[in-house]
Formats: sequence, C-alpha cells, structure tokens
Amino acid sequence: MNPAVIRTEGLNAFYGPKQALKNVAISIPEKSVTALIGPSGCGKSTFIRCLNRMNDLIPVFRLDGRILHKGTDIYSKDTDVIDLRRRIGMVFQKPNPFPKSIYENVAYGLRIQGITGRGVLDGAVQESLRKAALWDEVKDRIGDSALSLSGGQQQRLCIARAIAVEPEVMLFDEPCSALDPIATAKIEELIVELKRDYTVVIVTHNMQQAARVSSRTGFFLLGELIEYDTTDRIFTNPSNALTEDYITGRFG
Amino acid sequence: MVIFDEELAALKEKILKMGLLVDAAVRDSIKSLVERDSGLAREVIRRDREINACDVGIDEEGVRLIALRQPKAHDLRFLITAMKITTDLERMGDLAEDIAERAIELNEEPPLKPYIDIPRMAGIARGMLVDVLDAFIRKDAAAAYDVIKRDDEVDGLTVQIFNELLFFMIQDPRATSRAVKITYLSKYLERIADHATNIAEMVVYMVEGKMIKHMKP
Repeated sequence: MNPAVIRTEGLNAFYGPKQALKNVAISIPEKSVTALIGPSGCGKSTFIRCLNRMNDLIPVFRLDGRILHKGTDIYSKDTDVIDLRRRIGMVFQKPNPFPKSIYENVAYGLRIQGITGRGVLDGAVQESLRKAALWDEVKDRIGDSALSLSGGQQQRLCIARAIAVEPEVMLFDEPCSALDPIATAKIEELIVELKRDYTVVIVTHNMQQAARVSSRTGFFLLGELIEYDTTDRIFTNPSNALTEDYITGRFG
Repeated sequence: MVIFDEELAALKEKILKMGLLVDAAVRDSIKSLVERDSGLAREVIRRDREINACDVGIDEEGVRLIALRQPKAHDLRFLITAMKITTDLERMGDLAEDIAERAIELNEEPPLKPYIDIPRMAGIARGMLVDVLDAFIRKDAAAAYDVIKRDDEVDGLTVQIFNELLFFMIQDPRATSRAVKITYLSKYLERIADHATNIAEMVVYMVEGKMIKHMKP
C-alpha cells in the first residue's frame, strides 16, 4: 500500500442534531483509487465532502475529529480553503459545466489563479483535455459552448477542469449515475488512468463500478465505516457480516 | 434477491442429487463385484450418462448465474465451488464405471479370494463422499477438514492391498491377471477418496474463503 495522503481520526459529523458520521478513521493511500460504498444515507457522500470542506457551506453542519492531508489538519484555522479545494478537487454526480466555451471551462481555474498567458493556457487546456480523454472529440470545436456536449462528454470536461489546476487528490461523488453505460465505461477507464498521477476517492452506488475501478473499498453504514480493505477481499471474502449482506444484496 | 436465493437453493439440490447418483454408482459397482452380479455392473456403466448430464447441467447453470446475477462474496464462492466439485463428482462416477468394468472381467474367472479390504476401502471412500456432500450443504468447514483426514486411511489400505496381492502373484503366477485387476480396483477407490478430499478442500474455501489445496503438511 502506498503511503497515506489523507488520514482521518475519530471523525464525527453532524447536521444539526443528526449525527452523519461516527468515529470514522481511514487512511487513503496516494496514487490509488479508493471506493466508498454503502446504502443511501450511510454517510459516504458526507464523508467525501468533508475531505475538501464542501460541507462548510451548510450552516447546521458541525464536525469534530481530524482530517489530515499530508499530515496537516485541513480544518485548522490556517487552512486556505480555496487552495485546499485546488489541491483536493471534486467531480459531482451531475455534470456541471459553466455556460461558457469548452476552452474557457478548462481554463477557468487557471485564470482565477491569475494565469493569463495565452501559450500557458492553451497548453494546459490541451493537456487537461487529453488526460480526460476528451481532446480528440472536441479539438475542432474548442470554442463551442460546453453545453453543446453530451452528458458523458460534459462529465469528462468537468474532470478536465479539475485536472487543469493540478490537484493532488480527486474526489468523485457518483460521477456516472447520470450517464449511459458507454459514457460510464469511458469515465471508469479514465479513473483507472488517473491513479498514475492522482489519488482518487470515488463514492458510488454501483458496486460493480467499485469492483472495477478501485484497489481499496470502504463500506459505510449508518455513519460508520464498517469495513475497509482491499477491493479483492471486500468482494470475495469480506470479514464483516454486514458488508457481506450488503454486497450480496441481502439488505439495503 | 429472493429469486437468486431460490436459484442457488435449486443448484445446491442438483449437486446433492448428482452426489447421491455417484454414491449409488460406487455402491453398486462394489456390490456387482462382491456378489458377482455382472448385470448390476452393466447397469452402473449405463447410469454414468445421467451423472455426466448432471455435470453439464450444473456447469451451465453456474455460468448463467455468474453472468446474470454477478454474485459476490459467499454467493460467488458457492458458485465457484459448485462448478469445481461437479468435475470431481463426474470423475468419481467415471471411476465407479471403471470398477464395474473390472468387476465384469473378474466375474468371468474363479474368485482369487473373498473380497474384504476392497469393500472396506469402498466403505471409507463412500463415507467421505457422503460426509463431504453433507459438509457442503451445511457449510461446515470442520466436517470438511475431518473428511480430508480420512484420506490417509484409504492411502494406507491401498499399500496394504498391493502388498497382499503381490504375495499372491509371487506364489501363483496364474493369479497375476486377477491380482492386477484387483490392484486397479484399490487404485480406483483411492482416487475416489482423493476426489472427495478435493471437494472437502473446496468446501473449506467456500466457507472460510481460503484455499488449502496443495498445502498438506
């Protein structure tokens, strides 16, 4: 197992009085794909959203415990949240391109970092689109609106947009749930590719997807991390009976 | 999942049925020898087709369930085990057929001596088969380990029978053809016990998720 890039200790999260995460401790190895599975409401999305502080925007949200990114507590007072989200990027369930051109979508993150040189931007846009396996499909219409792309292409555009700012970790929250099987297969191949350069954490309802793309899998239930092990082990011989019941479809 | 559970239960029943056909084949092949009943031996040979049909049917159903249900964890291990143990059961059926063939040949000649150790060996091998089927049905790893232990007893008897028959051959070279055939019988039974051991190893895999094959100390 590669060294951990993200580690949580005694993580508890609350929405008002309701506890959404209970004492979650996990180590996420760098340059690997970690999948989080579990029934709706189990806390897996809450968890992944803690990792780049997306939950900060929810007024009733409260958290205790620690989340360490390369040893630094991301919830400490000194954390620059904007910079944190650059280093830990996120791709959401529904593709959410900006109503701008394909080019401007990818260049957006760089522009807000103050990068304006045309050559630098062109290079970064092209490289990001290539890494997101979208370049060949859009290279002749890079000035067209991002909204003219298909759903699957829009999702890969969002991945390119996340890649452009050179993150260390990429979080995927159900990235294929709005896509057809062919677009899903492309995103999955891409996720497997991405682990060469990035650490990937993916939340998915699709257990086959977790099995296909990840090297480690965590199973959440009612806010607890019930089991976290290699994906091989989880899908052939999990050690916890609750995991076994879930992955074999006996409940949930 | 109710449908899948029913499908798995039906598959289990098919394996049990196949196992009982194999046990009956071994039983009757030995009976045809001891009672010098070549008609029964020919029946054993004829019935092997049924066992072969079970083997094919179970494998096809296993492939279908893997494709359509994407089994995981204990369901996956059950299906893999089911498909592997039918191969062993089918081979055991073939060996019972071999016993029946030798029985027909031996029944044509005067008996060399009363059969004592061969039926004893068959009794142990059949006990292993029945108990391993039971362990499979009940998902009982301890019972499977117990079956594996009994294989040594069968191996010991094989050596003992060989030594005894060697003595017969040296004493009277005219007995050689019959003695060699009886040696074959003990070898067939030893192989039947080996297949029961293979099945037991798969049952341990199914229950505990660990492969203990080829790890005998």
